[in-house]
Amino acid sequence: MQITLKLNGKNVTAEVAPDMALLDFVRDQGCYSVKRGCETSNCGLCTVLMDGKPVLSCSTLAVRADGHEVVTMEGCQAEAEEFGAFLADQGAEQCGYCSPGFIMNVLAMCKEMENPTDDEIREYLSGNLCRCSGYEGQLRAIHAYMDYKKGAK
Amino acid sequence: MKYVNQPIRKKDAMALVTGKPVYTDDIAPKDCLVVKVLRSPHAHAEILEIKKDIAAKLPGIVCVLTYEDVPQKRFTMAGQTYPEPSPYDRLILDKRVRFVGDAVAIVAGETEKAVDQAMKVIKVKYDVLEPVLDFHEAKDNPILVHPEDNWQALCPVGADNKRNLCASGLEEHGDVDKVIAESDVVVENTYHTKAVQQTMMETFRTYTQMDTYGRLNIISSTQVPFHVRRILSNALDIPKSKIRVIKPRIGGGFGAKQTVVVEVYPAIVTLKTGRPAKIIYTREESLIASSPRHEMEIKVRIGANKDGHIRGIEVKTLSNTGAFGEHGPTTVGLSGHKSIPLYSKAEAFRFQYDVVYTNKMSAGAYRGYGATQGIFAVESAINELAVKLNMDPVALREMNLTREGDVMHAYYGETANSCTLDHCLERTAEMIGWKEKYPCRVMPDGKIRGVGIAMAMQGSGISSVDTGSVSIKINDDGFYALTIGASDMGTGCDTILSQMAADCLDCSVDDIIVYGVDTDVSPYDSGSYASSTTYVTGMATVKACQTLVDKMKAYGAEKLGCSVDDVEFDGEKVYSLKDGSSISRKDIGNAIMCAGENALFATEAHSSPVSPPPFMAGAVEVEVDPETGSVKLIDYAAVVDCGTVVNPNLARVQVEGGLVQGIGMALHENITYNEKGELAENSLMQYKIPTRMDMGKLRVEFDSSYEPTGPFGAKSIGEIVINTPAPAIAQAIYNATGLRFTELPITPEKSLWA
Repeated sequence: MQITLKLNGKNVTAEVAPDMALLDFVRDQGCYSVKRGCETSNCGLCTVLMDGKPVLSCSTLAVRADGHEVVTMEGCQAEAEEFGAFLADQGAEQCGYCSPGFIMNVLAMCKEMENPTDDEIREYLSGNLCRCSGYEGQLRAIHAYMDYKKGAK
Repeated sequence: MKYVNQPIRKKDAMALVTGKPVYTDDIAPKDCLVVKVLRSPHAHAEILEIKKDIAAKLPGIVCVLTYEDVPQKRFTMAGQTYPEPSPYDRLILDKRVRFVGDAVAIVAGETEKAVDQAMKVIKVKYDVLEPVLDFHEAKDNPILVHPEDNWQALCPVGADNKRNLCASGLEEHGDVDKVIAESDVVVENTYHTKAVQQTMMETFRTYTQMDTYGRLNIISSTQVPFHVRRILSNALDIPKSKIRVIKPRIGGGFGAKQTVVVEVYPAIVTLKTGRPAKIIYTREESLIASSPRHEMEIKVRIGANKDGHIRGIEVKTLSNTGAFGEHGPTTVGLSGHKSIPLYSKAEAFRFQYDVVYTNKMSAGAYRGYGATQGIFAVESAINELAVKLNMDPVALREMNLTREGDVMHAYYGETANSCTLDHCLERTAEMIGWKEKYPCRVMPDGKIRGVGIAMAMQGSGISSVDTGSVSIKINDDGFYALTIGASDMGTGCDTILSQMAADCLDCSVDDIIVYGVDTDVSPYDSGSYASSTTYVTGMATVKACQTLVDKMKAYGAEKLGCSVDDVEFDGEKVYSLKDGSSISRKDIGNAIMCAGENALFATEAHSSPVSPPPFMAGAVEVEVDPETGSVKLIDYAAVVDCGTVVNPNLARVQVEGGLVQGIGMALHENITYNEKGELAENSLMQYKIPTRMDMGKLRVEFDSSYEPTGPFGAKSIGEIVINTPAPAIAQAIYNATGLRFTELPITPEKSLWA
């Protein structure tokens, strides 16, 4: 099947199999930040933005992206770097394998919610697993980032 | 110290947080053959026939390998120093399959679809045998997991394949039976921990290719590149000189990748076909055919006087190594060596163990490596002793715990030369509010909050075995290149070793570039396991820098025309103490590259005759809902003595991450097999690791001793941090409900039914 979508700001037209996952499609397109961590939609590593909303690309068919706009971390490097620096300053990226999916969801959260409470943050990000950090350092990074963004306004 | 003890960013942090393609599957060539493993549906069977002709002829299939196509030399996949204590009990593919998920055939093809198709049409005829599934019945069972005559144990670990024994042994000091018989109070109980999974986010994966020199290149997500080289040489029966192993960024390991779980499969495909090949384990494969923690059943007997003085401790461990013996003989040791010495004032101890083969997935190395299991048992027994003595468990520990200067008989007779365990315990109790909250409080909504506490220790490397080597050289313009053989798997050793080097060389950490690991280039390192890198490789870094400074001073003195005794190096220049003349580091770096006859390159290795334990205490407050049995984590306080903290951020995250893994083991992560030997928890849906909703507040502090044999006074932190949650949480639940749980995990169902 032929699909046409906007991937990281560029129009892409490609032939895909009907059962191809968006995850495999974007990796084939060179978007290696998107990772697979499970087969059961549990880990959040493959989170990308479709029309601005976070979706799990492992359980979204590539054909579903036809006519839509998809952003992976390759398409939002400046924002990733801005938040990522706060994560790095906590040492909470550790192995870094879950960082892209986690950061994509954090960026979506910050656009959706003005002043989330800790419980709201935990709930919003509950689908993003991390086995290294124990999550506390990620939370410290989010606090520091949000304080910084408030100060910048 | 300008950089040691500073919370600097990891050198690779920004690449990781911006999603750069730095992991194995990101850098694998596009034309790699896809390699998959056909797995046994039976826990125990003999393969009678494999019909692979149709599969091999399918379009896109390049090779199908069975037991007839692999070398018949047994080896171990355990990433350990040669001669490995783990028995040589594996073939790449064997005629006998020993667990549900054991490898039957290797299929390689152009696409994943082609390989999946081929796997479906391979017909295997089995003679299904009765399995040994209950590890209590494994020893001396007439059914043998490894009846083969070419099974081999390289080390005297008490192994006997004709008895299903992977290892056995006994150690003692004093007369424990007499001492316990004389004790006023004796507690005795049996504890059971499961084969929980490391569940690193990046599953097992490797790609392989032949290089320009006709050598097999292995690019793998591994903690042990040098062991991979040796193990593949054994498995493939080719010289080590034909193999090069490269470690890119690793998406977590926690010990899982201290076993060479997948490397053999693409390696043999590349060797047979000459083509690049890769294997990427699914999460399911990572859960059913990998290298989890050893299931252990631990019997503990402790005798004490009425006043609380502990007199004798006996630990008997039965460990289940599963179908293969990886890390079987060594993990079991830690269940005694790193639990009993928390109470080194006891007059006598005995530690006895059996490690048995069963027809379940092979166990391996998981953070804590047996200590976690042993500490759950001994610390739980200590809590039971406190109840029996009617003593506060903190006071009981204060009376008996190991203090600086104590000889730890059960820990190879080593002396605790650096130990603030007493402070850690005191401060942890204070942080959790022990005095006010012990044992429990009933909340207005009927829920009950209880507190629990536990202590832990680990080691810092394997004494007189682990070897770390480091090379450092000066380059033009005076920047340094640090080459290491230790594997940074997210833990940050590239960075902390650079911090140490920067302080030794009196320069900025940005003046140091770091590279690891490539077995063709890196100096030898045993690998990143056994909490060894900071302590062992850290010391090698200190030594290498010192040697380089000496060489630069000699070179500078020669250039300045004076004696080496008359010069100093201040990080920026070598200068004469007599006339103040100097040559800058930059000029030294440039000078050696023009008509140079001096490489100014230093390599040093380090090994330690001792393994100084880090110590810690952890305390928890939980809330139990008596109506549902659910247990909610409210607060976890931990105080750690890891010696000097090299990087406070990275150390803190190690502690927090380890605590949450320990919480998962205590409350959520279960392993259940059915009567056919099939594992139920084969996805992240069933195998539930903690999410950020499953933990309360975590509070971490450090109370550092100074370890005289460690770099800058450092010990280790990687493993110890997983050890306190299980016993502390079990005790907190007891204090809240009066229910004593001796088997993990403590699920709501168990609490409710009890």
